[in-house]
Amino acid sequence: MSDHQIEIETRRTPGRLARAWNGDLAYSFRHSPVAMISAFMVALLVLSAVFAPWIAPHNPFDPGSLNLMNGFTPPGEPNAFTGEVFLLGTDDQGRDVFSTILYGMRISLLVGFSAVMLAMVIGVVLGLLAGYLGGWIESVIMRIADIQLTFPAILVAMLIFGVAKGITPPEYRDQMAIYVLILAIGLSDWVQFARVVRGATLVEKNREYVEAARLVGRRPFSIMIRHILPNALNAVLVIATISLALAIIAEATLSFLGVGAPPTKPSLGTLIRIGQGYMFSGEWWILLFPALTLLALALSINLLGDWLRDALNPRLR
Amino acid sequence: MLAYIIRRVAQSILVLLVTGFVAFSMFSFVGDPVENMLGQERTQADVDRLRGQLGLDQPFVVQYAKFLQQAAQGNFGLSYRQGREVSAILAERLPATLELAFVSGLLALGGGIGFGILTAIRRRGISSNVIMTLSLVGVSLPTFLIGILLIYVFSVELGWLPSFGRGEVVDLGWWTTGFLTVSGLKALVLPAITLGLYQMTLIMRLVRTEMMEVLRMDYIRFARARGLRERSINFRHALRNTLVPVITITGLQLGSIIAFAIITETVFQWPGVGLLFINAVQFVDIPVMAAYLMMISVMFVGINLIVDLLYFAIDPRLRVDGKAGGH
Repeated sequence: MSDHQIEIETRRTPGRLARAWNGDLAYSFRHSPVAMISAFMVALLVLSAVFAPWIAPHNPFDPGSLNLMNGFTPPGEPNAFTGEVFLLGTDDQGRDVFSTILYGMRISLLVGFSAVMLAMVIGVVLGLLAGYLGGWIESVIMRIADIQLTFPAILVAMLIFGVAKGITPPEYRDQMAIYVLILAIGLSDWVQFARVVRGATLVEKNREYVEAARLVGRRPFSIMIRHILPNALNAVLVIATISLALAIIAEATLSFLGVGAPPTKPSLGTLIRIGQGYMFSGEWWILLFPALTLLALALSINLLGDWLRDALNPRLR
Repeated sequence: MLAYIIRRVAQSILVLLVTGFVAFSMFSFVGDPVENMLGQERTQADVDRLRGQLGLDQPFVVQYAKFLQQAAQGNFGLSYRQGREVSAILAERLPATLELAFVSGLLALGGGIGFGILTAIRRRGISSNVIMTLSLVGVSLPTFLIGILLIYVFSVELGWLPSFGRGEVVDLGWWTTGFLTVSGLKALVLPAITLGLYQMTLIMRLVRTEMMEVLRMDYIRFARARGLRERSINFRHALRNTLVPVITITGLQLGSIIAFAIITETVFQWPGVGLLFINAVQFVDIPVMAAYLMMISVMFVGINLIVDLLYFAIDPRLRVDGKAGGH
């Protein structure tokens, strides 16, 4: 998804981004083993999530293919009753843990990506408006941002989730849970984007090229999108990467707490919640493998974001 | 300076009014209390009468003002789920959360400043690199996984510490404390580490960055040239100037410790307000959610205000030109 986005932006602004992409950024990437390894990990995890239906040996959501006799099979050992072997074992309902992780990662990534996209769109639009128009619009937007920033994002997300749950009728709650999660995490995370974009806009709007664009008669909207926004894109990209890791963790946390993805459509967090129940009785694999996957995902995206921040902003070094 | 304080106080009140508005809207948009209170066989007259009794027929602004008045007195009505006064439930649960937050705050502050200084002074040392790498893992590791990991190691495998609850508590009438019993203290260890670890890494990274910045300044070079001992330079000259941002962040973190306690309390089944809140979210218990929101926002706003005012006490430069501190 992010590759696609970079492509669009490259086309729009052949100057800056394309040059960075072909020059310093790629150089820095080739010379940073951490960046390369984490990019590889991210690619591997994302691809295996995307192609889960073809990779996964079982479909954990198809009740017909499940056999309760297979429950609690340890990883790599044949089941005592059926003799079937599961790479990472099975959970209480006989679901293959490897397959549930692949499918769970789909939901985690879907929620993470969509939430960040939502936050980015809201933040960028409000940031541009606040920075470019100024006046009372800016005051209102930035005051709201300040107030929201007083509260940790996860708390805001929980509140939104709780309210949305109260509004949706009980029979739709499980189906809606994923959209509610996206909405909750997205709405809780736009402030960062808005602040950065507003800052960049304040700097750029007094530059001569913006003045020129205005004199030529371009409308404010097109000046904001076409002329000012490209100059803020580097910063937006860095925040988006780091937000993605945070959003995935936030989703996992909410699901783990039981206010996220339902057990019928488990994300990594839900799987960990299920697995925690079997920690004391010795079925460690139900908990360990989803947890490791989540950790690998969050850590590699974080490392990638760290590298990107340093690479795009040499001053920070 | 006075103008600044007044502006900050006004801002805080605005925040409280807005959160109050959010809490109030939750009541009005999520579920109709009249629907809940009246049975199947109701007439329109019943509905109207009850609306009148509850004041629901009055204009929005009047209802909002009434809600604020009630909230200021700590009155949020009855919990939908437990059927008891929300304020009583909160008062009962609050000591557990505050004790947990206090201990993990101390842990975060002590560990964060200590490790921060260490990694700043010995920038290229092996210990610094190890700590920095671990801190990155710590930031990526979600709080609940840290909790589970600790439970697995210290409760399941080693059996040293309890995995849930608060242990034995001593009732002081208006406050229950776990500080006075062995089982209470034992129960506190794992949750406090879980909760404090993330804040510790944040504070550590902040102290490190600030410290490295300060150590590059001229007056430090001058102090070195004067032949002062390294210890005195590091602690008396450098550390002092890193403390302003550290206090800001710590103050803000104190608020998020209370919020993140929700996660820790769920993992460890710690009977605090966080666990209460998450149960309220699960069961859409609006009065509890609203009360928690208001309580947390009063705390946050209070902490922010105190932190801002502390600036003046710590940094004399702000007192000289009164216009500073606009952010």
